[in-house]
Amino acid sequence: MAESPTTPTRVTYDYVTRTIARTLGTPSRGYFLLLGAAVTLLAIGIITLLYLLRYGLGLAGYSHPVYWAVFITCFVFWVGIAHSGTLISAILFLFRSAWRTAVYRTAEAMTVFAVMTAGLFPLIHIGRQWYFYWLIPYPNERGLWPNFKSPLIWDEFAIGTYFTVSTVFLIMGLIPDIAAVRDLATGWRKKLYALTSIGWTGSNEQWRHYTRGYLYLAALATPLVLSVHSVVSWDFAMALVPGWHATIFAPYFVAGAIYSGCGLVITLLTPIRTLFGLEELITVKHFENLAKLCLLTGSIVGFSYLTENFIAWYGGNPTERAAFYYRAFGPFWWASWTMYICNALLPLLLWFKKVRTNITALFVISIFVNIGMWFERYVIIVVSLAGEPFTKWTNAVYNPTWADWGIMAGSFGWFFMWFLLFVKTFPAVSISEVKEVLAPPRSKASKAHV
Amino acid sequence: MMALPKPLNDLFRPPPTPGVLGVFAHLDATVAAIKQLRGAGHTDFTVYAPIPRHEIEDALGQRVSPVRMFTLVGGISGCAIGAWLTLWMSADWPIVTGGKPIGSIPPYVVIMFEMTILFGALSTILGILFNSLFAARRAGTILYDARFTNDRFGIFVPTAGDKAARIESVLRDAGAEEVRRG
Repeated sequence: MAESPTTPTRVTYDYVTRTIARTLGTPSRGYFLLLGAAVTLLAIGIITLLYLLRYGLGLAGYSHPVYWAVFITCFVFWVGIAHSGTLISAILFLFRSAWRTAVYRTAEAMTVFAVMTAGLFPLIHIGRQWYFYWLIPYPNERGLWPNFKSPLIWDEFAIGTYFTVSTVFLIMGLIPDIAAVRDLATGWRKKLYALTSIGWTGSNEQWRHYTRGYLYLAALATPLVLSVHSVVSWDFAMALVPGWHATIFAPYFVAGAIYSGCGLVITLLTPIRTLFGLEELITVKHFENLAKLCLLTGSIVGFSYLTENFIAWYGGNPTERAAFYYRAFGPFWWASWTMYICNALLPLLLWFKKVRTNITALFVISIFVNIGMWFERYVIIVVSLAGEPFTKWTNAVYNPTWADWGIMAGSFGWFFMWFLLFVKTFPAVSISEVKEVLAPPRSKASKAHV
Repeated sequence: MMALPKPLNDLFRPPPTPGVLGVFAHLDATVAAIKQLRGAGHTDFTVYAPIPRHEIEDALGQRVSPVRMFTLVGGISGCAIGAWLTLWMSADWPIVTGGKPIGSIPPYVVIMFEMTILFGALSTILGILFNSLFAARRAGTILYDARFTNDRFGIFVPTAGDKAARIESVLRDAGAEEVRRG
């Protein structure tokens, strides 16, 4: 892999190991405050879920014809968040971009926890959670099998595969780093890391199989990451609802997913970098590259909005045209314009290098990116179902209730709880891969060919 | 440590392999030592490194890892299982949905694709585990140093008796900062 020009020269192998191992030390008060906030949010979610179990889904704001609402919005939102992790860890690995090494572990952990969060929503949404296994193809007494022509079953396979593969990818990457921490640790930590590093010593045979396997995992994960959000988009695109039934949906959803994922990576990395003192390893250059990815994918999203609206008009289908008019100027105009502004206009700021290299500005933009992407899913799902041609048969305006917000808050708590526990237990930045992009230690005689 | 019955003890805690361990601070010295050892006819030594480096791979002249066969076989079986799952299950409960044939290939391609990736990835992991385990079994219990995951390279040569002294001098001449016997 090419040696990265982004890392200062005083960063040596030993510096990398010690700096990253230090992040696993005794947590600060700030860490416990954040963890406490996450657990509180999770508790709100659990209490809301218990209410939903007791009194049924009627507590959520479902009203005819809007029966896919905030839960499915959150599902698509969290699946989308999960996408940048594998993009950074697998696709950029295949492209040999050296800057990924400092940020990919955070992104990958985010991926795993985001899929874990997303996976909860279909279960919450089905209402009778105790029948979830009806989705699984198993030989039951009535000889029933799932309908493989249904996009929902494709989705289950795609998300299940994505969760499994991104988890093994994360664990694979962790093994050499856990071994590095093991060799510095003492006491019970040494035992934990000795167990979880499954005998890693960095011998030539281990590296030989490991690097080959990692390459193939990356090669498998690359089409997978592109397929997962395509399949999620087909949950909508395969239906005939105006605003959903569009061939552009797969690339449009994948770009949006990576856009929101990179946004959340920036949101998460900013505090981690400062809290853990990783400024030398995660530099402004890394943030700038993430911002460039946001700019690219945000532009694709903006272009998709233009295409969608243009085709709605140019296609001449009056229902489609009415649906898009309802989207922009109907009762949900505020949601639609939040989406257009945050996702199509805001990333244009990233054309300026001054903005891309200002971490505070990027942090603020990244939060708006995620608000915008949440609203994109809300607009696509809720507003399409509430809008033309269904307004004729609507007997109430859809409004989310406390139960919707409670579950959503719970999902953020669940995600951040896992993420915070992860960054204190395992190295949140890859130790061995950050070293890979440094110049290796050579004796003076051969410095010339470094 | 708890004593295991003899055959289990041989399997899980084999006696340490005698040999010489050299600790290197520099990559080029490690590569030089590997070349000299190979020149002297040694093939069964182990090289430790904190990161994978092509220089070491090239000096060792390693063949491509057989993990790729695991990936290939896993992927192909996953695809086949995906096809079998969808086609057989549809035929077992033949309900016409959406006016489409019972065995519709286009929607089933999605399942076949996902299963290809799933089985390919899982068998890749198994491939890495098995191959590394077999390699560890071949090498036996050998000397290791905690610095090898941080910033030092190492070479362990299994050897005993008077040959050990010669290997010690080879490692030292190549630039090892520390040489130990085990």
